[in-house]
Amino acid sequence: MVTVNINEKAYDVDAPPDMPTLWVLRDVIGLTGTKFGCGVAACGACTIHLDGRPIRSCVTPVSAVAGKSITTIEAIGQTPAGQKIQEAWIALDVPQCGYCQSGQIMSASALLAGKPSPTDADIDGAMSGNICRCGTYGRIRAAIKQASGQAPAAATKAAWR
Amino acid sequence: MNTTTVSRRDFLVVAAAAGGGLLLGCRIGPRRHGSDGQAAADATTADTAATARPSAAFAPNAFVRVGTDGRVTLIIPQVEMGQGMYTAMPMLIAEELEVPLEHITVAHAPPDDRLYGNPMVGFQMTGASSSVRMFYAPLRTAGAAARTMLVAAAAATWGVDPSTCRAKRAVVTHGPSSRTLTYGTVAAKAAELPAPTQLTLKDPQDFTLIGTRAKRLDTPSKVNGTAQFSIDVRVPGMKIATVAASPVVGGKVAGLNEAKAMAIAGVRQVVLLDDAVAVVADHMWAAKQGLAALGVTWDDGPNAGVGTADVVTGLAAASETAGAIARKDGDGAAGLARAAKRIDAVYEVPFLAHAAMEPLSCTVHVRPDSCEIWTSSQVLARAQATAAEVTGLPPEKVTVHNHLIGGAFGRRLEVDYVTQAVRLAKQVDGPVKIVWTREEDIQHDVYRPYYYDRIGAGLDRRGRPVAWTHRIVGPSILARWAPPAFQKGVDGDGVDSAVQLLYDIPAMQIEFVRHEEPVLNTGFWRGVGNTHNNFVIESFIDELAAAAKTDPVEYRRGLLGKARRARAVLDLAAKEAGWGTSLPAGHGRGVSLLYSSWGTYMAQVAEVEVSSAGDIRVARIVCASDCGEMVNPDIVTAQIQGGIIFGIGGALWEQVTLKNGRVEQSNFPDFRVVRMNESPAIEVHLVENHEAPGGMGETATACVGGALANAVYAATGKRVRKLPLHAGLAPST
Repeated sequence: MVTVNINEKAYDVDAPPDMPTLWVLRDVIGLTGTKFGCGVAACGACTIHLDGRPIRSCVTPVSAVAGKSITTIEAIGQTPAGQKIQEAWIALDVPQCGYCQSGQIMSASALLAGKPSPTDADIDGAMSGNICRCGTYGRIRAAIKQASGQAPAAATKAAWR
Repeated sequence: MNTTTVSRRDFLVVAAAAGGGLLLGCRIGPRRHGSDGQAAADATTADTAATARPSAAFAPNAFVRVGTDGRVTLIIPQVEMGQGMYTAMPMLIAEELEVPLEHITVAHAPPDDRLYGNPMVGFQMTGASSSVRMFYAPLRTAGAAARTMLVAAAAATWGVDPSTCRAKRAVVTHGPSSRTLTYGTVAAKAAELPAPTQLTLKDPQDFTLIGTRAKRLDTPSKVNGTAQFSIDVRVPGMKIATVAASPVVGGKVAGLNEAKAMAIAGVRQVVLLDDAVAVVADHMWAAKQGLAALGVTWDDGPNAGVGTADVVTGLAAASETAGAIARKDGDGAAGLARAAKRIDAVYEVPFLAHAAMEPLSCTVHVRPDSCEIWTSSQVLARAQATAAEVTGLPPEKVTVHNHLIGGAFGRRLEVDYVTQAVRLAKQVDGPVKIVWTREEDIQHDVYRPYYYDRIGAGLDRRGRPVAWTHRIVGPSILARWAPPAFQKGVDGDGVDSAVQLLYDIPAMQIEFVRHEEPVLNTGFWRGVGNTHNNFVIESFIDELAAAAKTDPVEYRRGLLGKARRARAVLDLAAKEAGWGTSLPAGHGRGVSLLYSSWGTYMAQVAEVEVSSAGDIRVARIVCASDCGEMVNPDIVTAQIQGGIIFGIGGALWEQVTLKNGRVEQSNFPDFRVVRMNESPAIEVHLVENHEAPGGMGETATACVGGALANAVYAATGKRVRKLPLHAGLAPST
């Protein structure tokens, strides 16, 4: 039995210690907002926060998160950065299919929490591990800029509005 | 007000075209409600159709439900896979129904080819950039029919002439007396009325919704984890399984160690098919470990030794044979013979995987007398049909719950994963969710075919083309997927855009040589025919421009005398891109122009930078698009932005290769797709007009490859005729 703290709630989970946290969330607890994309930390769909830092839950054994604080997409809106990111995502209609967006939002929220005014290079650095096959990268970049209150995501936004 | 009156005769045509005979007053009764409500459960809003629809008092056609509480549910025939149909289609209905978009609930259509068939193919199908094109009139008609009946019901309540009433925001107002009734209030009465025989559709000038950048209805659920994809399904008692199919097409299971898998905690069952093995467990982790522990060995069968080179050899040989004629203007061969200069080339494009972000999954509960399925599909009734076939049950005993799709790009036009899941589930007691790993997804895709093209042109002394021959060699997807569509040896999709070539060339011959290489399953991939043909055509026209020592934009322009809309987008893209202005060393600009059966005109200018090591960085893409009437320009823009990214990956890096019958790639580390740091600035310029709507889901993907190849040529002087471009520039080649 492992105790994990998810979204400020403690769960006693019957799972082997090497079980990736992704499957604990999705298949054991039933928090399906966190997505399976690749299983090898190559796409970012499974991104969650561990003590506020973004991690790939598909390669993080549950034993490594025991006793620490996990935040998932279901609760990221309760953090100041997460709320701003979600609002910007809605304002710019970022998602298409939406499947990767949980991970994108978790990565973006962590970026914004750590860097209130991220540069393009910061965005590349923080977001390039998150794949979006629908190709929403331009809007993601614009939304992060908007969420950070930076000048109207000028270049990017003007290009399509 | 200038309105269009639809006569009963037209209405019949429209209704029939929609596969919606029910539009003519054959109301869906209460019993039908129940089953529909189940199948159409929850879509994009928190409130589900299941709760809204059984209480719907007014169900005038297959698409509209109005409850006595005023709740309006729109049943959307096409699925939502990112392309925005759960917003654009409600806009079409709501515009004519006169309901605010924010008040409606969207429901998935259940499997039903008759009610929800796509007129393009005659069955339920979301694909081929057809949704708005095919449903633009039928959905507006459905909305108008419902509104007409609601207005008539209100008028009857008051005992006044319906023509003195008008509807707005789900309220009917009697003009002279200013009395009002809500839709909910008159829903029950409307249900008693006959279907209208005459309908008035709005003049586009009076649209308040169509043409606006209305917010997507599915966005809120896609930013907080509540959007339900097929892979998120959880039903009581459900087990989770993962599967391994033969790594070689045609192979069979040779051996496995079941005991080793069963020894893993959480593993419940090993299910064996002749060509696949699944491990059923309490969770995906146990299932994955169990599958690995099985140590399955395979009898690879006849394709054991096949490699990519074998496929190319077969295609190349087939390219030496004459194909079926897809288009013939004048005498292409004679034109070539007479020309002052002749240019010939061979172009190739590789197998491609879809690699949609949501891995395939299908949850199945097979019972003795019924089968229930939770999945997502671009061809929902086919999913139902395959389950019926596998179980031996009649289709009506197979319930299919559709979901939001986490990307499809043509992958879910196939139902192989449903067939396989039902075959497995037949051996499982209780519901089981079969989830493919990413490795299974990449290695058991239904791939974009490898195409091999021979193309030639004859130029006159000024360098203008006087003859053009294009022989396309590849499998016929349509012959397998929709046999009636494969006519006279020509795959209409395989030759799309090649046969619509807009350039003024007096002699032209386009041929299709069907050549099947059954070593990999091949199918649709975002703009399959166009994506391949446009790269070939637009690369080759650039070759001709170079041979004529003419600027590529000017050269194209000179051949577009009759194609006004094409010329306009070409000019717009060139102007906005600063065509002709200088660029730093190592940079190059390339242009491409697309027109096809989608009916959309598009031009793109790509700017790339190529390093001395041959690495390509895409700096900027400028796109000009004329797709006629736009339901929602922001969704059109999103499709262009995303389509370009998808096409960049396909042109620059992506390829699936075979060795010993096996796909060599397995996951994102070796199937390279575009990432944020590689994503260029994309500028979209939309031409606004009221021409018939053109397809937008695939256009930008199809258009970008040629622009990139031409930009690489401009930057390096090297003409790469085989995708992916990156491989063509690699120092070793």
